[in-house]
Amino acid sequence: MDKNMKILVVDDFATMRKVVRNLLKQVGYENIAEAEDGAIALRILKSQKVDFVISDWNMPNMNGLELLKAVRADGDLAKTPFLMVTAEALQENVIAAVKAGVSNYIVKPFTAEVLNEKIKKIVEKL
Amino acid sequence: MNVKFINPFLEGTVKVLKTMAFVEPRPGKPFLKKDSLARGDVSGIIGLTGSAKGSLALSFSEPCIVKIVSTMLGEDMKEINGDVKDAVGELTNMVSGVARKMLESEGYNILAAIPTVVSGKNHSIVHVLGGPSIIIPFETDSGPFFVDVCLNEVK
Repeated sequence: MDKNMKILVVDDFATMRKVVRNLLKQVGYENIAEAEDGAIALRILKSQKVDFVISDWNMPNMNGLELLKAVRADGDLAKTPFLMVTAEALQENVIAAVKAGVSNYIVKPFTAEVLNEKIKKIVEKL
Repeated sequence: MNVKFINPFLEGTVKVLKTMAFVEPRPGKPFLKKDSLARGDVSGIIGLTGSAKGSLALSFSEPCIVKIVSTMLGEDMKEINGDVKDAVGELTNMVSGVARKMLESEGYNILAAIPTVVSGKNHSIVHVLGGPSIIIPFETDSGPFFVDVCLNEVK
């Protein structure tokens, strides 16, 4: 596992971005960028090399599902690992995310260990 | 309000705080609240709609939420500030999500709005349905907090 990989954390709540950053640091990931909505995340993805995206579902401007679809539709970004974070694992949302090509999803609340396992499983399949 | 709605919010609260902040909250006896006064110093409120309609609020005493958020962020919070208020909103969102998932397995399809946060001594919690609500009081080693829920089935 490359602990130097660049992870983009996308969430409109600054505190949740801090929480995820804190959890990632606990399991050895320090190369972290942040975005407060999908639109800003997409601009970052188009301008910098990002190895992994962890995105919230509900956000203004461009939500997580819309961001995921934009990433998968972009020739340069399409294969970017994408972990969707959601407080609501409602069946219809899970189905929509899978159809849109999400790598996996994680339901809040979660621990650093659970987050690490999700990341590992995605990266191992690359 | 249907009493079967109480347990998902109680269990959701315990799960969220145990997972995110390593806090083991101790639930007290639920009671009916007929006024709009928040029981804590800062509250997150989230509207709910779908096969049940109403709202959920989490209301924290200052020492309690400061401790919780300090643990969540790995930083030493001293008082209710922007980060703490943000976290209150997110915790309310998470408890709502866990509870709604539990209710989904009982056939209730409930959506949540984006939470709002209010703070200050004697602030109000005005529920969407406007009527009395159920309070589930909790104790933690750092002080109390309260789950305040008003939810009715849509027939």
